Amino acid sequence: MNHAAASAPSSPAPEPDAGPVVALRGVSIAFDGPPVLKDITFSVAPAETRIVLGPAGVGKSVLLKLILGLLRPQNGSVLLFGEDISRMSEEKLFPLRSRAGMVFQEGALFDSLTVRDNVAYQLIQEHVPDEETDSRVREALSFVGLEETFGLYPPSLSGGMKRRVAIARALIHQPELILYDSPTGGLDPVTSTTIIELIVKQRDVHAAPALLVTHRLQDAFTLCNHRFDAEQNRMVPLPAGQTNPNTTFLMLEEGRLIFDGSLDELLHSQISFVREFLE
Amino acid sequence: MAFIPIDRTVKQIVLTVQEYSLFAGRAFLNLFRPPIYWTDFLIQSDIIGFGSLPIVILSGFFTGGVLALQSSATLSAFGAAAVTGQFVSLTMVRELGAVLTGIMVSGRNASSIASELGSMVVTEQIDAMRALGVDPMRKLVTPRIFASIAMLFFLTIVADAFGIAGGAAVTVFLNHQDGTQYFHMAYEHLHYPDIIQGLVKPLFFGYLLGSIGCFYGMRTTGGTEGVGRATISAVVNSSVLIIAVDFLITHVLLAIFA
Repeated sequence: MNHAAASAPSSPAPEPDAGPVVALRGVSIAFDGPPVLKDITFSVAPAETRIVLGPAGVGKSVLLKLILGLLRPQNGSVLLFGEDISRMSEEKLFPLRSRAGMVFQEGALFDSLTVRDNVAYQLIQEHVPDEETDSRVREALSFVGLEETFGLYPPSLSGGMKRRVAIARALIHQPELILYDSPTGGLDPVTSTTIIELIVKQRDVHAAPALLVTHRLQDAFTLCNHRFDAEQNRMVPLPAGQTNPNTTFLMLEEGRLIFDGSLDELLHSQISFVREFLE
Repeated sequence: MAFIPIDRTVKQIVLTVQEYSLFAGRAFLNLFRPPIYWTDFLIQSDIIGFGSLPIVILSGFFTGGVLALQSSATLSAFGAAAVTGQFVSLTMVRELGAVLTGIMVSGRNASSIASELGSMVVTEQIDAMRALGVDPMRKLVTPRIFASIAMLFFLTIVADAFGIAGGAAVTVFLNHQDGTQYFHMAYEHLHYPDIIQGLVKPLFFGYLLGSIGCFYGMRTTGGTEGVGRATISAVVNSSVLIIAVDFLITHVLLAIFA
């Protein structure tokens, strides 16, 4: 893949010999009707952040669920951490899934559990001692700026707070892959920027590979041309003309992957749907 | 009204039965394979068992009372009003205690299980659980089925006891008959096969209502409207199946104890 010519050195470069964290080969899936995804092929390299663009209902969320084995493809294969999960049993999938983190569209927090228990869900299942659990939950909540919600229940949180708690839940286990399903969908611009800042922070501080689904171009471009400044503890723009070299784009149209490349390639693409989407 | 071809409807029914069989089979095997989430089992036991106690007590008591009223009127015609106790206790212990409790608990808990799990499905909480590496079958389904079986067993005993007590209340206070005679007849003619019949049934009924509630909850589609449909399907199917399975079990047990 040809990345943008002017690249900012803000993120650690992927290891040259490491294989892809995720690889889809000719994946198709249909439910009761025409195929939702058709012949999808792409991969996610270590430390790479891939942004999946496309209009609503094009199969972006389905794509993420396929990667975690929450849905099974009818054709093709899905490789997660080097293992083919397309036909893998549910029991064998659980350990693989626990190495990844996923932020669902509406947060998908467990209503009957406190924020502490939601964020610590995996740790509780692994019988991690309470003191260590509390400490790690506070650390994760601090990362998303919501320490004060420790003992609250999800119904008392705003939409933006729920997404941030969901990010904390996905990150507490230091996942080797993070999947974001429209993390800013339905949120106001200020809250959206806060969420994007967290994703940039996660990308630049921990360098975990990620796949982010969105239909908001502004969020995608912000991710690409900003970096996290640890000293100022906030997201800052990259110098003019520079983009993050590890952040690349995919675009779906009617279930097909029609674009795979860098921001520069996206902006100069001659594909009519891409042009239409960008305009 | 949309016309659905018969073959498509039949296929859907067969598919549902097949899916339920696989689901119920897997849930049944999970009852004996670790990890078993004991905390969730206790929480569900409290919700299903203790929470259902008032309706089971009331329905048991008044059913026993109605049985005593109806049977006494008929038995008096033959000069056999004295066997009211026997009639009420045998009917409650062998049949009505288990079936009535099964249907009452099904109405309360199959619906709540289906709506709770259905809501979790449509808000992606089940997917989130799977994504976090936790098996919802073991974490959510198995404790609910296990608790349904265990609690229905004890609730049936409670219903039996309150049914006999209801019959006694009617016999003494409305029919003005002798209470000692009522209890003597109720106790004297109650044998172990009768008790075994009455206590085997709730094990099956508990499994049915728990697994059907979970099954319809876990396959919910179509948002909040789908949750409503899942709840109705869970209650209707579990209630009908309890009565149908009761017929089969009674047939088998009568053959065994004949």
